[in-house]
Amino acid sequence: MLSYILRRVMHGVVSIIGASMLIFVISRMSGDPIVLLLPVDAPQSAIDAMRETMGLDRPIWMQYLIFAGKALTGDFGNSYRWQMPALNLVLDRLPATIELALSALLFSIMLAVPLGVLSAVNRGGWIDTVGKGFAMLGQAMPGFWVGLLLILVFSVHLNWLPAFGAGGVSHIILPAIALGWYPVAAQTRIIRSAMLDVLDSDYIRMGRALGAPERLLVWKYAFRNAAVPLVTVLGVYFASMLGGAFVVEVIFAWPGLGRTVVEAVFARDFPVVQAGVLFTSVLFVVSNLLVDLSYGLIDPRIRHG
Amino acid sequence: MTDAATLPAVRPPLLKVENLKTYLHLKRGVVRAVDGVDLEVAEGETLGIVGESGSGKTMTSLSMLRLLPKPSGRIVEGSITLDGTDLVKLSEAEMARDWRGQRISMVSQDPLTSLNPVYSIGDQVGAPFRYHNLAKGRGAVRKAVEAVLARVRIPSPAKRIDDYPHQFSGGMRQRVVTAMAIACSPRLLIADEPTSALDVTIQVQMMELFRELQRDSGVGIIMITHDLGVAAGICHRVAVMYAGRVVESGDVREIFRHPVHPYTRGLLNSIPHLGRKRRRLEAIAGQPPSLIDPPKGCRFAARCPQRMARCDDYPPQFEVSTGHQAACWLAEPRP
Amino acid sequence: MVDVDASYAEIARRPSQIVMRRLFGSGIPWWSLLIFSLVVVAAIGGDNITPHDPNGLDLGSAFKPPSWLEGGSIDYLLGTDNLGRDIFSRIMAGASVTLTVAIYAIVISGGIGALIGMVSGYFGGVVDTIIMRVVDIQMSIPSLALALVIATVLSPSLTTVIVVISITYWTWYARIIRGEILSLKERDYVALAKVAGCSTATIFVRHLLPNILNTLLVLASLQVGQVIIFEASLSFLGLGIQSPDVSWGLMLADARNYIGNAWWAITLPGVAIMLTCLSANLIGDWLRDTLDPKRRQL
Repeated sequence: MLSYILRRVMHGVVSIIGASMLIFVISRMSGDPIVLLLPVDAPQSAIDAMRETMGLDRPIWMQYLIFAGKALTGDFGNSYRWQMPALNLVLDRLPATIELALSALLFSIMLAVPLGVLSAVNRGGWIDTVGKGFAMLGQAMPGFWVGLLLILVFSVHLNWLPAFGAGGVSHIILPAIALGWYPVAAQTRIIRSAMLDVLDSDYIRMGRALGAPERLLVWKYAFRNAAVPLVTVLGVYFASMLGGAFVVEVIFAWPGLGRTVVEAVFARDFPVVQAGVLFTSVLFVVSNLLVDLSYGLIDPRIRHG
Repeated sequence: MTDAATLPAVRPPLLKVENLKTYLHLKRGVVRAVDGVDLEVAEGETLGIVGESGSGKTMTSLSMLRLLPKPSGRIVEGSITLDGTDLVKLSEAEMARDWRGQRISMVSQDPLTSLNPVYSIGDQVGAPFRYHNLAKGRGAVRKAVEAVLARVRIPSPAKRIDDYPHQFSGGMRQRVVTAMAIACSPRLLIADEPTSALDVTIQVQMMELFRELQRDSGVGIIMITHDLGVAAGICHRVAVMYAGRVVESGDVREIFRHPVHPYTRGLLNSIPHLGRKRRRLEAIAGQPPSLIDPPKGCRFAARCPQRMARCDDYPPQFEVSTGHQAACWLAEPRP
Repeated sequence: MVDVDASYAEIARRPSQIVMRRLFGSGIPWWSLLIFSLVVVAAIGGDNITPHDPNGLDLGSAFKPPSWLEGGSIDYLLGTDNLGRDIFSRIMAGASVTLTVAIYAIVISGGIGALIGMVSGYFGGVVDTIIMRVVDIQMSIPSLALALVIATVLSPSLTTVIVVISITYWTWYARIIRGEILSLKERDYVALAKVAGCSTATIFVRHLLPNILNTLLVLASLQVGQVIIFEASLSFLGLGIQSPDVSWGLMLADARNYIGNAWWAITLPGVAIMLTCLSANLIGDWLRDTLDPKRRQL
């Protein structure tokens, strides 16, 4: 088990280093950040001086090492726009994004689990048909449009929930639904097909032959098995929430990392974009790692493996 | 084997199945999976139901448990009387609460997949006690589980009770499955191909275990198998099924020595015999008939090497000798 | 209970599929094909067949509701936006951008991804390890975040959107095609071709490619909906299609500013996205079930 953990952690570290390289290389392809920093009519000498202080005259791999070295000490450079360390800005906004992503994930699971289980139990019944229709629609509706519709209905017309900003629970409901909407369909499908497999298994038949009450059979003995495939992809869904948060945060003016990065993209504020995206990847890798390690809690075969 | 002859000849049957008809109502037609089956099992007796897949043997056993595939499967006629109660007339709730797992139980086909991988052995073997309120509280259930694990000869049950299925070997898992099935001391145990997934030495051990359990508790056992060899090893009586009907039944040695129905003979010829000179196994040529629209006469006629004109009428069960019946015109007593 | 009995049960429990059959004829998704053809016609026809100029301003007729509502006119079938532009014409114009992006992005990402996947699977070893590690790494960055980094570099335009989406999706093809190749490689005819001295290029084109075409087609058709949504999201953020080009995502971004005044401007372009994606997905499902039954889980 320990070697398994170590291997997963190593894998995660390699992924993060790779991601940082990728992000670094892509953003350096922009050509010259100098152009953005200095006035258009700056003399060549000023440009050269700036280039040297920023290390832009060295080969790109050396630039990367410098960047990585600094990044390890927490230095991602200053935001061009906010005149503060990019890291501080990112860390400042990160909690709001995590809060939103977790709420969205919670929403999607709370909808997908009952829908998937009941669809499997009543296969071919009306709830299965509704679930299928829901899934088809869900995958065809972009999250930001769902967000706009929610605002239109619940904020503009009904005036029940606030459309903008952060605050109490009421502020997070609409963005969480908008963000959690998309994965509901896929999660329902995963749960449904896993449940169908499990319900068709010998041990469930055995349980039935031993007189197990149907409810116990479905929600205790079958569900725990069927949950494994869902748990294995939770990390992926958390990551897709982080990605989706970039749009949803903009719509709902949610003060998180996503909106900050999108604004930074418009301002060509590279340090913030780099740090923001890198932290998103770190979160992604870490969440996948945690999920990997959590299988063991559900599935004893992995715990002892 | 308990000598069949020493079994008291007359004793009220534990289980009596009469004229059981179980149909599957599918879109493409009604499949007469079980079409008028009569069976009897006495206390302490093992009945083998032998047949190819599709002969209706599994549907017969599922009918007894009232666990037919939903929504297509239905018992349309007949009775299944266990201990004086007709199971066909019980409600689903009664069946689950008082019968399944408690008085009638099942060991399923594949022990390797019959245990839930994510729950401990203790939890799973303890489950029937909890379903039927036979032990209350953690301590009591645990004690009962240890006792039943000991009964199926699992070494040091107290230590293994918290282990998970994947930590057991195939043979041990089959013992655990058996423990679950006999936990509540059922009157009737249905074993559906309980050894086919195991290797031969473990098969032998399992049959030994069934025999011991039967001697200790007097449980009636129905052994479902496609293999007459397995049936010969453990059963007192066998019923051979073909295309939804019982074609021959009787004492196991009688059937082996004097098979009457050509189908039974075909099955016997396809058993490999140890020690006997290698002889080509004779598989029975042809396919079983469709059960949606079965032939009017004998259902085996199309494949039968001894087919006669009379086979266009379905033969009744002829008494060949005491307790030995065959549904074949060949068995018709000559005047 | 692996028995004939079990397969009877299998046949018995498929009423939901029967419902689908009834809805869509004998398995062929007629409605989806119809809707998707309409989108294609709108895209090909372009400005020639739109009832109005998609960018034609007419402040006098701003905020006209759809024709079936009070105050609407038959002239503006789906109403107008804040600048009096005809929403129906703009949705038709948007179809062209949407499909252009989808076709280019899918061909490019599919082509690159398939090639890389084939190379990775066929050669194995270090090449395979490196390629798959790169795929892993790229997959550890959420696709929209990666798109944002690229969008910082390239200024927003149709080409940028295509590049961004292609870079995002090639990994998907690479991974699945690689798996396919790994099993194909074991087949006798590939081994024989190798022994017979066929060049690697010949093996790729003659023996491997024909065998993955079905998979590629299925993957591509299932990706159409995703690409459309991705393009709409980028354009909505202002990082994709730019005015005067028309995109459904862009229309929604505009409409957001007057969400309280014209509900139709915020719902109808979304309905266009939804119907197009829905029909693309259903066609994709159908293709998958027809061409590649073993990928039902995809």
